[in-house]
Amino acid sequence: MTVINDYLCKGCGYCIRFCPKHILELGSERNKRGHFYPVNIDTEACTSCAICATVCPEGAIEIPEKGEN
Amino acid sequence: MAVYKRPTSIADAPSGYCPGCLHSLATKLVAQAIEELGQADNSLNIISVGCSGLNILYWSGDFLSTAHGRAPAAATGAKRANPERLVFTYQGDGDLAAIGLAEIMSAANRGENFTVIFANNQTYGMTGGQMAPTTLIGQKSTTSIYGRDPKTTGYPLRMCEIISTLEAPRFVARYALNSPKGIMDAKKGIKKAFEMQLAGKGFTFIELLTNCPTNWHMTPLQTLDYMNTNTIPYFKPGIYKDTEENA
Repeated sequence: MTVINDYLCKGCGYCIRFCPKHILELGSERNKRGHFYPVNIDTEACTSCAICATVCPEGAIEIPEKGEN
Repeated sequence: MAVYKRPTSIADAPSGYCPGCLHSLATKLVAQAIEELGQADNSLNIISVGCSGLNILYWSGDFLSTAHGRAPAAATGAKRANPERLVFTYQGDGDLAAIGLAEIMSAANRGENFTVIFANNQTYGMTGGQMAPTTLIGQKSTTSIYGRDPKTTGYPLRMCEIISTLEAPRFVARYALNSPKGIMDAKKGIKKAFEMQLAGKGFTFIELLTNCPTNWHMTPLQTLDYMNTNTIPYFKPGIYKDTEENA
Protein backbone atom coordinates (compact mmCIF):
# COMPACT_ATOMS: atom_id res chain seq x y z
CA MET A 1 0.00 0.00 0.00
CA THR A 2 1.50 3.34 -1.05
CA VAL A 3 1.56 6.41 1.16
CA ILE A 4 2.03 9.43 -1.10
CA ASN A 5 3.21 12.65 0.53
CA ASP A 6 1.55 15.19 -1.75
CA TYR A 7 3.49 18.07 -0.17
CA LEU A 8 6.81 16.66 -1.47
CA CYS A 9 5.50 15.52 -4.88
CA LYS A 10 6.47 17.47 -8.00
CA GLY A 11 4.26 15.51 -10.41
CA CYS A 12 7.06 14.10 -12.65
CA GLY A 13 5.05 10.93 -13.31
CA TYR A 14 7.90 8.41 -12.90
CA CYS A 15 5.90 6.34 -10.41
CA ILE A 16 2.96 6.20 -12.81
CA ARG A 17 5.16 4.95 -15.68
CA PHE A 18 6.93 2.25 -13.68
CA CYS A 19 4.04 0.86 -11.57
CA PRO A 20 3.80 -2.78 -12.72
CA LYS A 21 0.11 -2.95 -11.75
CA HIS A 22 -0.79 0.35 -13.48
CA ILE A 23 -2.77 1.51 -10.46
CA LEU A 24 -1.21 4.96 -10.05
CA GLU A 25 -2.80 7.89 -11.85
CA LEU A 26 -2.20 11.62 -11.85
CA GLY A 27 -4.95 13.09 -9.69
CA SER A 28 -7.05 16.13 -10.50
CA GLU A 29 -6.06 18.05 -7.38
CA ARG A 30 -3.01 20.26 -7.04
CA ASN A 31 -0.74 20.32 -4.01
CA LYS A 32 0.37 23.44 -2.14
CA ARG A 33 2.95 24.35 -4.77
CA GLY A 34 0.68 23.76 -7.76
CA HIS A 35 1.78 20.28 -8.85
CA PHE A 36 -0.72 17.55 -9.69
CA TYR A 37 0.16 14.49 -7.65
CA PRO A 38 -0.55 10.77 -8.21
CA VAL A 39 -3.23 8.78 -6.45
CA ASN A 40 -3.48 5.03 -5.94
CA ILE A 41 -6.73 4.05 -7.66
CA ASP A 42 -6.80 0.40 -6.57
CA THR A 43 -5.24 -0.16 -3.17
CA GLU A 44 -6.43 -3.79 -3.20
CA ALA A 45 -4.25 -4.59 -6.22
CA CYS A 46 -1.13 -2.95 -4.75
CA THR A 47 1.53 -5.54 -3.88
CA SER A 48 3.83 -3.11 -2.00
CA CYS A 49 6.63 -3.84 -4.48
CA ALA A 50 8.01 -0.33 -3.77
CA ILE A 51 9.04 0.34 -7.38
CA CYS A 52 7.09 3.62 -7.26
CA ALA A 53 8.98 4.63 -4.11
CA THR A 54 12.32 3.55 -5.64
CA VAL A 55 11.93 5.74 -8.73
CA CYS A 56 10.50 8.76 -6.85
CA PRO A 57 13.22 11.45 -7.00
CA GLU A 58 11.77 13.36 -4.07
CA GLY A 59 11.25 10.40 -1.77
CA ALA A 60 7.59 11.38 -1.60
CA ILE A 61 6.32 7.77 -1.55
CA GLU A 62 6.69 5.48 1.44
CA ILE A 63 5.57 1.87 1.74
CA PRO A 64 4.66 0.82 5.28
CA GLU A 65 4.61 -2.84 6.32
CA LYS A 66 1.25 -4.53 5.69
CA GLY A 67 -1.13 -3.74 8.53
CA GLU A 68 1.09 -0.91 9.75
CA ASN A 69 -0.91 1.73 7.92
CA MET B 1 9.57 -2.13 9.79
CA ALA B 2 8.44 -0.28 6.75
CA VAL B 3 9.08 -1.74 3.30
CA TYR B 4 10.35 1.61 2.01
CA LYS B 5 11.08 4.71 4.07
CA ARG B 6 12.32 8.16 3.16
CA PRO B 7 15.88 8.56 4.48
CA THR B 8 16.42 11.02 7.33
CA SER B 9 19.74 12.38 6.02
CA ILE B 10 17.79 14.55 3.58
CA ALA B 11 15.64 17.41 4.81
CA ASP B 12 11.95 16.80 5.44
CA ALA B 13 11.05 19.31 2.74
CA PRO B 14 10.94 19.40 -1.06
CA SER B 15 14.39 19.54 -2.69
CA GLY B 16 15.47 22.60 -4.68
CA TYR B 17 15.67 20.49 -7.85
CA CYS B 18 13.28 20.82 -10.81
CA PRO B 19 10.43 18.31 -11.16
CA GLY B 20 11.76 15.00 -12.50
CA CYS B 21 15.43 15.89 -11.91
CA LEU B 22 17.40 12.77 -11.08
CA HIS B 23 19.84 14.77 -8.94
CA SER B 24 17.41 14.47 -6.03
CA LEU B 25 17.13 10.75 -6.69
CA ALA B 26 20.92 10.45 -6.58
CA THR B 27 20.96 12.33 -3.28
CA LYS B 28 18.28 10.03 -1.91
CA LEU B 29 20.30 6.95 -2.92
CA VAL B 30 23.40 8.28 -1.19
CA ALA B 31 21.38 9.01 1.96
CA GLN B 32 19.90 5.51 1.92
CA ALA B 33 23.27 3.85 1.43
CA ILE B 34 24.73 5.82 4.35
CA GLU B 35 21.83 4.96 6.63
CA GLU B 36 21.91 1.28 5.73
CA LEU B 37 25.59 1.24 6.69
CA GLY B 38 24.77 2.97 9.99
CA GLN B 39 27.01 5.93 9.08
CA ALA B 40 24.42 8.75 9.16
CA ASP B 41 26.20 10.53 12.02
CA ASN B 42 29.68 9.74 10.71
CA SER B 43 29.35 10.94 7.13
CA LEU B 44 30.69 14.13 5.60
CA ASN B 45 29.25 15.34 2.30
CA ILE B 46 31.66 17.56 0.35
CA ILE B 47 29.34 19.63 -1.83
CA SER B 48 30.55 21.35 -4.97
CA VAL B 49 29.13 24.16 -7.09
CA GLY B 50 26.34 23.79 -9.63
CA CYS B 51 22.99 22.07 -9.29
CA SER B 52 24.79 19.63 -6.96
CA GLY B 53 25.24 22.66 -4.68
CA LEU B 54 21.49 22.68 -4.01
CA ASN B 55 22.28 19.91 -1.55
CA ILE B 56 23.35 22.67 0.85
CA LEU B 57 19.66 23.16 1.60
CA TYR B 58 18.64 19.53 1.15
CA TRP B 59 21.30 17.52 2.98
CA SER B 60 20.61 17.35 6.69
CA GLY B 61 23.84 15.60 7.70
CA ASP B 62 27.30 17.19 7.96
CA PHE B 63 28.56 18.86 4.82
CA LEU B 64 31.29 21.14 3.57
CA SER B 65 30.61 23.56 0.73
CA THR B 66 33.67 24.05 -1.46
CA ALA B 67 34.87 26.19 -4.35
CA HIS B 68 33.92 25.22 -7.89
CA GLY B 69 35.60 21.97 -8.87
CA ARG B 70 37.71 21.77 -5.71
CA ALA B 71 35.63 19.21 -3.84
CA PRO B 72 38.22 16.39 -4.24
CA ALA B 73 40.93 18.69 -2.83
CA ALA B 74 38.75 19.59 0.17
CA ALA B 75 37.82 15.93 0.61
CA THR B 76 41.51 14.99 0.64
CA GLY B 77 42.09 17.32 3.58
CA ALA B 78 38.91 16.30 5.38
CA LYS B 79 39.67 12.60 5.04
CA ARG B 80 43.33 12.89 6.04
CA ALA B 81 42.38 14.91 9.12
CA ASN B 82 39.47 12.61 10.01
CA PRO B 83 40.37 9.18 8.68
CA GLU B 84 37.52 7.47 10.53
CA ARG B 85 34.81 9.53 8.85
CA LEU B 86 32.89 8.50 5.74
CA VAL B 87 33.88 11.29 3.32
CA PHE B 88 32.38 11.64 -0.13
CA THR B 89 32.12 14.40 -2.72
CA TYR B 90 28.92 15.07 -4.60
CA GLN B 91 29.73 16.68 -7.95
CA GLY B 92 28.10 17.42 -11.28
CA ASP B 93 29.69 17.07 -14.69
CA GLY B 94 30.46 20.75 -15.20
CA ASP B 95 32.17 20.78 -11.81
CA LEU B 96 34.06 17.51 -12.05
CA ALA B 97 34.86 17.16 -15.76
CA ALA B 98 35.56 20.82 -16.60
CA ILE B 99 36.80 23.21 -13.94
CA GLY B 100 37.68 20.45 -11.48
CA LEU B 101 39.43 18.11 -13.89
CA ALA B 102 42.85 18.68 -12.33
CA GLU B 103 41.58 18.03 -8.80
CA ILE B 104 39.72 14.83 -9.64
CA MET B 105 42.61 13.39 -11.69
CA SER B 106 45.14 14.20 -8.98
CA ALA B 107 43.00 12.84 -6.16
CA ALA B 108 42.27 9.67 -8.15
CA ASN B 109 45.92 9.25 -9.04
CA ARG B 110 46.96 9.61 -5.41
CA GLY B 111 44.35 7.03 -4.46
CA GLU B 112 42.89 9.15 -1.70
CA ASN B 113 40.59 7.11 0.52
CA PHE B 114 37.27 8.81 -0.21
CA THR B 115 34.33 8.31 -2.57
CA VAL B 116 33.31 10.51 -5.47
CA ILE B 117 29.65 10.59 -6.48
CA PHE B 118 29.56 12.09 -9.97
CA ALA B 119 26.12 13.08 -11.31
CA ASN B 120 26.41 13.41 -15.09
CA ASN B 121 23.51 15.23 -16.75
CA GLN B 122 25.46 16.39 -19.83
CA THR B 123 24.75 20.07 -19.25
CA TYR B 124 25.45 23.04 -17.00
CA GLY B 125 22.04 22.98 -15.35
CA MET B 126 22.25 25.81 -12.85
CA THR B 127 23.61 28.47 -15.20
CA GLY B 128 21.04 27.85 -17.91
CA GLY B 129 22.04 24.85 -19.99
CA GLN B 130 25.42 25.66 -21.54
CA MET B 131 27.48 22.95 -23.21
CA ALA B 132 29.42 20.78 -20.76
CA PRO B 133 32.42 18.53 -21.51
CA THR B 134 29.99 15.61 -21.35
CA THR B 135 27.35 17.05 -23.73
CA LEU B 136 26.64 14.47 -26.43
CA ILE B 137 27.51 14.94 -30.10
CA GLY B 138 24.60 16.72 -31.74
CA GLN B 139 22.98 17.63 -28.43
CA LYS B 140 21.70 21.19 -28.36
CA SER B 141 22.57 23.61 -25.58
CA THR B 142 22.61 27.39 -25.24
CA THR B 143 26.27 27.45 -26.37
CA SER B 144 25.86 24.80 -29.10
CA ILE B 145 22.58 25.85 -30.64
CA TYR B 146 22.98 23.63 -33.73
CA GLY B 147 24.11 20.68 -31.64
CA ARG B 148 27.62 19.87 -30.37
CA ASP B 149 30.09 19.70 -33.23
CA PRO B 150 33.20 17.60 -32.48
CA LYS B 151 35.24 19.56 -35.04
CA THR B 152 35.23 22.64 -32.85
CA THR B 153 34.37 21.35 -29.37
CA GLY B 154 35.74 17.82 -29.25
CA TYR B 155 34.05 14.70 -27.98
CA PRO B 156 32.16 14.04 -24.73
CA LEU B 157 34.50 13.07 -21.89
CA ARG B 158 34.01 9.58 -20.50
CA MET B 159 35.26 10.04 -16.94
CA CYS B 160 34.82 6.43 -15.79
CA GLU B 161 36.95 5.14 -18.66
CA ILE B 162 39.65 7.76 -18.00
CA ILE B 163 39.80 7.17 -14.24
CA SER B 164 39.76 3.39 -14.59
CA THR B 165 43.04 3.57 -16.54
CA LEU B 166 44.81 4.97 -13.47
CA GLU B 167 46.59 2.60 -11.11
CA ALA B 168 45.30 3.85 -7.76
CA PRO B 169 41.45 3.84 -7.97
CA ARG B 170 39.89 0.73 -6.43
CA PHE B 171 36.29 0.82 -7.66
CA VAL B 172 35.03 2.72 -10.72
CA ALA B 173 31.47 2.22 -11.95
CA ARG B 174 28.75 3.94 -13.93
CA TYR B 175 25.00 3.54 -13.45
CA ALA B 176 21.99 5.01 -15.27
CA LEU B 177 19.18 6.28 -13.07
CA ASN B 178 16.42 6.12 -15.68
CA SER B 179 15.04 2.70 -14.76
CA PRO B 180 14.21 0.88 -11.50
CA LYS B 181 16.97 -1.66 -12.24
CA GLY B 182 19.54 1.05 -12.82
CA ILE B 183 18.53 2.76 -9.58
CA MET B 184 18.80 -0.45 -7.54
CA ASP B 185 22.18 -1.27 -9.11
CA ALA B 186 23.36 2.27 -8.38
CA LYS B 187 22.45 1.93 -4.72
CA LYS B 188 24.38 -1.33 -4.49
CA GLY B 189 27.36 0.33 -6.17
CA ILE B 190 27.30 3.34 -3.85
CA LYS B 191 27.07 1.05 -0.84
CA LYS B 192 29.98 -1.04 -2.08
CA ALA B 193 32.10 2.09 -2.63
CA PHE B 194 31.33 3.32 0.90
CA GLU B 195 32.12 -0.10 2.38
CA MET B 196 35.46 -0.14 0.57
CA GLN B 197 36.23 3.34 1.86
CA LEU B 198 35.39 2.34 5.43
CA ALA B 199 37.71 -0.65 5.04
CA GLY B 200 40.47 1.77 3.96
CA LYS B 201 40.82 0.34 0.45
CA GLY B 202 41.27 3.64 -1.36
CA PHE B 203 39.71 5.81 -4.05
CA THR B 204 36.23 4.89 -5.28
CA PHE B 205 34.35 6.59 -8.10
CA ILE B 206 30.64 6.30 -8.91
CA GLU B 207 29.19 7.98 -11.98
CA LEU B 208 25.40 8.36 -12.08
CA LEU B 209 23.78 9.24 -15.40
CA THR B 210 21.05 11.78 -14.72
CA ASN B 211 18.83 14.08 -16.75
CA CYS B 212 17.91 17.75 -16.98
CA PRO B 213 14.29 18.17 -18.08
CA THR B 214 14.54 21.97 -17.86
CA ASN B 215 17.60 22.48 -20.05
CA TRP B 216 17.00 19.55 -22.38
CA HIS B 217 13.58 21.16 -22.99
CA MET B 218 11.70 17.90 -22.44
CA THR B 219 9.14 16.52 -20.03
CA PRO B 220 10.61 14.33 -17.26
CA LEU B 221 9.27 11.18 -18.95
CA GLN B 222 10.76 12.18 -22.33
CA THR B 223 14.19 12.58 -20.72
CA LEU B 224 14.12 8.94 -19.59
CA ASP B 225 13.56 7.83 -23.21
CA TYR B 226 16.23 10.24 -24.45
CA MET B 227 18.68 8.69 -21.99
CA ASN B 228 17.88 5.21 -23.33
CA THR B 229 18.38 6.15 -26.98
CA ASN B 230 21.22 8.67 -26.72
CA THR B 231 23.02 8.84 -23.38
CA ILE B 232 23.35 5.16 -22.48
CA PRO B 233 24.77 4.05 -25.88
CA TYR B 234 27.64 6.58 -25.43
CA PHE B 235 28.10 6.44 -21.65
CA LYS B 236 27.80 2.70 -21.16
CA PRO B 237 26.81 1.68 -17.62
CA GLY B 238 28.91 -0.97 -15.94
CA ILE B 239 31.76 -1.64 -13.54
CA TYR B 240 34.98 -0.37 -15.09
CA LYS B 241 37.38 -1.31 -12.33
CA ASP B 242 36.94 -3.44 -9.24
CA THR B 243 40.07 -4.56 -7.46
CA GLU B 244 37.96 -6.57 -5.00
CA GLU B 245 36.67 -8.82 -7.75
CA ASN B 246 39.75 -11.03 -7.99
CA ALA B 247 40.86 -10.61 -4.41
